[in-house]
Amino acid sequence: MSEEKYIPKSKLAQWFDSRLPLLTLSHHLKEYPTPKNLNYWWTFGGILTFCLITQIITGLVLAMHYVAHVDHAFDSIEHIMRNVNYGWLIRYVHANGASMFFLAVYIHIFRSLFYGSYKSPREVIWIIGLIIYILMMATAFMGYVLPWGQMSFWGATVITNLFSAIPFIGESITTWLWGGYSVDNPTLNRFYSLHYLLPFLTFGLVILHIWALHVPGNNNPIGIDVKKNSNETMPFHPYMVMKDITALLVFIIIFLWFVFFAPNALGHPDNYIEANPLVTPSHIVPEWYLLPFYAILRAIPSKLGGVIFMFAAIFILMLLPWLDTSKVRSAIFRPIYKKFFWVLVFTVILLGYLGAKPPEGIYLILSRLATFYYFFHFLILLPVLGRYEKTDPLPMSISDPVLDKPGTFDKFKKVASKYEGENVSSFK
Amino acid sequence: MNKEIKPKRRDFLFTATYTIGAVGIAAAIWPLVDQMNPDSSVKALSTTEVDISGVEQGKTITVLWRGKPIFIRRRTKNEIDEAAAVDLQDLKDPEKDSDRAKNPEWLVMVGVCTHLGCVPLGDKGEYKAWFCPCHGSHYDSSGRIRKGPAPKNLEIPKYEFVDNNTIKIG
Amino acid sequence: MLVHSNNFLIKIIIFFFILFTTSSAFSEEKKVDLIKTNWSFNGIFGTFDRASLQRGYQVYQEVCAGCHSMQQLSYRNLSEEGGPEFSIEEVKAIASQFEIEDGPNSDGEMFMRAARPSDKFAKPYPNIEASTAANGGAYPPDMSVLAKARVGGADYIYSLLMGYEEAPPGFELDDGVYYNKYMAGNKIKMSAPISDGIVEYSDGTQTSASQISKDVTTFLVWASEPHLESQHRMGFKAIIYLIILLTLVYMSKQKVWSRFNSKKESEEETFDKVERTVTKYEGEDPKTFK
Repeated sequence: MSEEKYIPKSKLAQWFDSRLPLLTLSHHLKEYPTPKNLNYWWTFGGILTFCLITQIITGLVLAMHYVAHVDHAFDSIEHIMRNVNYGWLIRYVHANGASMFFLAVYIHIFRSLFYGSYKSPREVIWIIGLIIYILMMATAFMGYVLPWGQMSFWGATVITNLFSAIPFIGESITTWLWGGYSVDNPTLNRFYSLHYLLPFLTFGLVILHIWALHVPGNNNPIGIDVKKNSNETMPFHPYMVMKDITALLVFIIIFLWFVFFAPNALGHPDNYIEANPLVTPSHIVPEWYLLPFYAILRAIPSKLGGVIFMFAAIFILMLLPWLDTSKVRSAIFRPIYKKFFWVLVFTVILLGYLGAKPPEGIYLILSRLATFYYFFHFLILLPVLGRYEKTDPLPMSISDPVLDKPGTFDKFKKVASKYEGENVSSFK
Repeated sequence: MNKEIKPKRRDFLFTATYTIGAVGIAAAIWPLVDQMNPDSSVKALSTTEVDISGVEQGKTITVLWRGKPIFIRRRTKNEIDEAAAVDLQDLKDPEKDSDRAKNPEWLVMVGVCTHLGCVPLGDKGEYKAWFCPCHGSHYDSSGRIRKGPAPKNLEIPKYEFVDNNTIKIG
Repeated sequence: MLVHSNNFLIKIIIFFFILFTTSSAFSEEKKVDLIKTNWSFNGIFGTFDRASLQRGYQVYQEVCAGCHSMQQLSYRNLSEEGGPEFSIEEVKAIASQFEIEDGPNSDGEMFMRAARPSDKFAKPYPNIEASTAANGGAYPPDMSVLAKARVGGADYIYSLLMGYEEAPPGFELDDGVYYNKYMAGNKIKMSAPISDGIVEYSDGTQTSASQISKDVTTFLVWASEPHLESQHRMGFKAIIYLIILLTLVYMSKQKVWSRFNSKKESEEETFDKVERTVTKYEGEDPKTFK
């Protein structure tokens, strides 16, 4: 569908399109062929786009009222909450929007891990996605500093101090980051500036992410290539658009539930206490979406080591397309990988739980075990599995056994193996 | 039969979906627009009290009210007479001086040129009263526009005399 | 295969359940359960009890305001919708009882004047340092967002107010430090602020310590979330609207997709294929599975 050259109907449109092919672009986006078997886990790309745009718009509005100065930041937030027309709504949408953004991105990432969407030929999409994820974390962290509450201040202090672990130049780097000898007004101001900038960089990367997606096309739950001009694909508009909007609305309902009925459930009460450089809160915890990395940081009994492992935990994902050597994409056909996938999900959630707990006793032991597994999974398990795992037979096409009914497929295999013995790969 | 009904129902469903969706989008946009209106703390800043006991005849003081300069002038006998003597037909924006000053000795007005918002200079211009340097508007001793591009007289704010020495603006 | 992973999920869930339920045993401090109160402002339809808010303001003013500031609030808030809703005249009268600093005047001097509704609540101390010094080294926290700044919120504040007790034997307290069941570390520098009859209500409500504490807690919750009522109202409408829209969108989506293929058909197709394959291998009637 997309391969055919599109020619606009009217002369004027042709004139314009030959100079700036916006119409061709919009035609391409509408007709972009998507596999017909995409399930609802595939709607999170659209949901994430919605999240980014919501954050940018509400952020833009908040910036009209916020004051980036240590004497006024906390009060200006309260001013927004109390006096500005609908200020409370806009701020709660922005604050909870960050959490929802991360919720969606984690589902998006794990979907990719389950169905092998990072594998050839989609490595570049995956890496751009990870860069977006890193930018998101940076943006969220700096945004959390802006209300200038106790968690803002001490979170900023702890995270910027990570850089002091770098040998020789660490101290100079932290001083440079702070613009002083502690987190103070210059720090707040530059964080504000960067917090405003990074979402636009993210937006640019999102365009590249989608562009890179449109070259090979979507992966799908079965993970085999689809024939592009066949009844295996359907145009993006209206089919996927309608499906994406359906999922988006469910997402928005959950989102607004938090905004209206539990707006502070995902935040920390200490951030309603104005920053005080003389008193550290008894437990400093980052926002929930950073907790797994925080747990890894604290699991390692050395300052530099902790920092290295924490960053390695993110950057190791960049190598994933090459660490996972299995030719089969979807976990549906990888019985062993599938189990370890769930072990990984469990480990990451466990790390998140441990990140919120004091690093002592049983928590510390569990953090170390979970950290070990995390690296073991990517560095050892995946390369080994790729070589030795016996995968299930792949169907010839996505319309063959309909995979949203795995039960059917299982029966099929069971019966088949009964008749044939162990080797089921011979029939296809 | 069935085929004829089907498209109609579908059309109705889509129209309803679009309409209701559009209502929601409009409702979501409104807070983003309304947040730029004056907030409740700005609206609440209503009044300023000014002590005028120290103002001599022929002098003007300027105070700030809602972010704008307010001219409070204790006019001389001469100025009052001059302002009262003007024929209303000579005026671009006809207004009697007695309607502009509750107490003829005190002229209270917003010191913002009605042309494009500059602050006029005192004791200047053809009428030796107020003159806006931006585009050359001349005002008389009652703050009425006499010459130049401004369309209206200088605005009179809501004010009252609390006692002989205090004016409450707003 | 599917059955397998389900078992696996169940194991994971059980593990988490055990972890979360036993984790309290490891935590370093023993947590005392807060007193749970059925607040009128809880829940998705929660609203404030106006009379309680008005009494709560009185308690704040007569009992707390001597030490605790509320610098984010203005007197006008007391008449705004969703709050205590004093009349505008009442608020003018309330505000005029307080003196606040204004200026500089034309001589460049700061001066005191009666407060107006647009003014922020008068502060008991000019700054945090003065407040700390006057209160034995413990800063009485600003109460504007106190209910949001404490784990447990309203329940915590109420529990704390009701939590003053004799220190258990062997528990050492310095001078000017009091024992409170709900305070972290059980030591608090504020003496028990609320007692029976410490205020007099003009509306005839009984003045038990518990009633007074409830009123002031309600007031503090409103103070930290003054738009709570409109938040709940708008939230309810928004969710209802979204459910209606979701239904319509889902129906539209089904309609649109029905153009492409019918799901039933493909399901049948699959079964056909399975049957065909099995037949091929068995060469006979594939009744064996079902």
